[in-house]
Amino acid sequence: MVASSKRTPLTFLVHATVLFLVVLWTIPTAGLFISSIRDKDQLSVSGWWTALSTSEQRLVTRAYEPKSQVQQGDRFVIRGNLLEGGSGEIARFGFSSLKPEAYAVGDVAEMKKGRTLQVNANGDYVLSSPTEWKGSRGQRIFYTAEVPPRFTLDNYREVLSAEGLGQSFINSLTVTIPATIIPILVAAFAAYALAWMRFPGRALLIAGVVGLLVVPLQMSLIPLLKSYNLIGEFFGVGSKTYVGIWLAHTGFGLPLAIYLLRNYISGLPGEIIESARVDGASDFDIFRKIILPLSFPALASFAIFQFLWVWNDLLIAMVFLGNNQEHLVLTGQLRELLGSRGGNWEILTASAFITIIIPLLVFFSLQRYLVRGLLAGSVK
Amino acid sequence: MAQLASALAIMIMGVLGCAAYFYGSNFLLDKLFPTKNRPYEQIARNLRTANMVRPWLFLGPAVLLLTFYLFYPVIDSFRLSFFDRTGDEFVGLSNYVWLFGSDEFFESFRNNMLWLIVVPTAATFFGLIIATMTDRIWWGNIAKSLIFMPMAISFIGASVIWKFIYDFRSGGDAQIGLLNAIVVFFGGEPQNWITIPFWNNFFLMIILVWIQTGFAMVILSAALRGIPDETIEAAVLDGANGLQIFFKIMVPQIWGTIAVVWTTITILVLKVFDIVLAMTNGQWDTQVLANQMFDWMFRGGGDFGRGAVVAIVIMVLVIPIMIWNIKRANAEMEGR
Repeated sequence: MVASSKRTPLTFLVHATVLFLVVLWTIPTAGLFISSIRDKDQLSVSGWWTALSTSEQRLVTRAYEPKSQVQQGDRFVIRGNLLEGGSGEIARFGFSSLKPEAYAVGDVAEMKKGRTLQVNANGDYVLSSPTEWKGSRGQRIFYTAEVPPRFTLDNYREVLSAEGLGQSFINSLTVTIPATIIPILVAAFAAYALAWMRFPGRALLIAGVVGLLVVPLQMSLIPLLKSYNLIGEFFGVGSKTYVGIWLAHTGFGLPLAIYLLRNYISGLPGEIIESARVDGASDFDIFRKIILPLSFPALASFAIFQFLWVWNDLLIAMVFLGNNQEHLVLTGQLRELLGSRGGNWEILTASAFITIIIPLLVFFSLQRYLVRGLLAGSVK
Repeated sequence: MAQLASALAIMIMGVLGCAAYFYGSNFLLDKLFPTKNRPYEQIARNLRTANMVRPWLFLGPAVLLLTFYLFYPVIDSFRLSFFDRTGDEFVGLSNYVWLFGSDEFFESFRNNMLWLIVVPTAATFFGLIIATMTDRIWWGNIAKSLIFMPMAISFIGASVIWKFIYDFRSGGDAQIGLLNAIVVFFGGEPQNWITIPFWNNFFLMIILVWIQTGFAMVILSAALRGIPDETIEAAVLDGANGLQIFFKIMVPQIWGTIAVVWTTITILVLKVFDIVLAMTNGQWDTQVLANQMFDWMFRGGGDFGRGAVVAIVIMVLVIPIMIWNIKRANAEMEGR
């Protein structure tokens, strides 16, 4: 650009604004990621931006059971450590839920019947009583601790096994891979026919494809659900099958696939195709030996689109694959968790990150093709 | 793992099946109408027939799939909108009467209109601004990449990300949602943002703007680079300042692209569903047409008539853009 080649206050402003926007756009995802690797007790009491500072937590634990008491002189004593060997520093403590921060560390708290409780900063506590401790459960001790930042992969371990994300991950792959490959094959042939073969009705078909590009999925759902139920009944396999969803994704992906590929293929140099024809090659040979290898960039672009779209789809999966646990894809699982584990952010953040990691990897490694596909699909 | 293996096996079979179809049908065609070592007239006749049939061999699977998955359902949805909840009994216009008499419809229609105004405008605006600015700085490509990134994130994933930002803790507890933390930092009252009627719509729209700005930016950036340098140099020589160059030289030259970006996002907005489903499921006055349609499709065992009628409304809103697209595509083909 001509106007901005010099260093001016304006250039500084541009740098600052772009930086601000980039931060604004990345911070939501960064927050999600940081939260997903934080300790779940810390995550629920402090914002992720405090992840590197020590956090103050109000906790409660039970002292050792009365059977561990030892007699020292005329008093019965129970000793232990609140932090159980973990790191951290205790600031205040108490023995009643009404006043959990009643005492500072080092103080001796007077309880009922002449009993006392003392807690030190390192977590050591001493419960002492003139009479024998009774009952089977230990005394509850409330404390406020300064806990250093803790990062962990426990959240991921939990969601992958206990919350069924692992199974869903496999389901998502099962849905996505065939649903990406099949439409490419079908569309490539159709695109070649629409670009280089002469036959009546060609213009109408192209207009039809362009029209179908924008047909809302919602129009298809109910009739297809009815058809699927009929077909499933006929074959006795139920209406929710992987084959069903592959074909559905193929059908819905076709207009864009044909449109993108036709644009690209019709832009290939006509001389190559004509000279091959003169040499006696059939259309099938031309397609296989010339068009397919030359169209690789367009095929890659569409493959990425379709992959992202299928992986990220929720609607089609919910309608055509259903909600039972063994068929649930990642997006569907995440939605279920959002309903059932609404407040458990350690579960939600880790699950969300698992669902978005594959698309992000694809995005960053193949961005070039994605951009090219976008441009071919819209600017023309 | 076994499931994945069988999926891969089926996939390979499917791919081989497709290949076998195209190979086989072409082979058969060549056998039926041979074009070698025959009398001259027969070759000519066979060539003509084969050339008439072959396009349909190539197009066959695609046309079948498009018909079954898109064309026929559109017609059938239209038919179903005149039938009862199971789709068996003709009920005339009663679904339409119900629709235009229901408050829920007007709520979702109003919200959809809001979405239609705000999201394409905001995404295109931010996209244009960012495209213009990133073209001028050395780390522009990194910036673009990061702003483009949300495109790869699913709507449901994005909903979780933003729900976390809007998270609200009542009482004096520390806020772990970024938005409320900022509000508290500046001395405000924390709010449960997504439950505040009317304004909550905007909090949901932000999610889609966040996702779509990258798309607008990529396409507009390419268009901006296509502007001939001479036009800008001429404007500079004539003493135009930066803003004048932007608004009077650059923007008019990319109007066509802006329109394409705008309509593409508009189509997407009309179909917006996942975000509303995940964030509020239409509660607190945030219902939109696509979610309402989904809701009726399954509510109480499903009401296909009412579901279809809501789908028709979405379709009607799309039709002008569809016609415009077809006209544009036709004009392009003639220009080739």
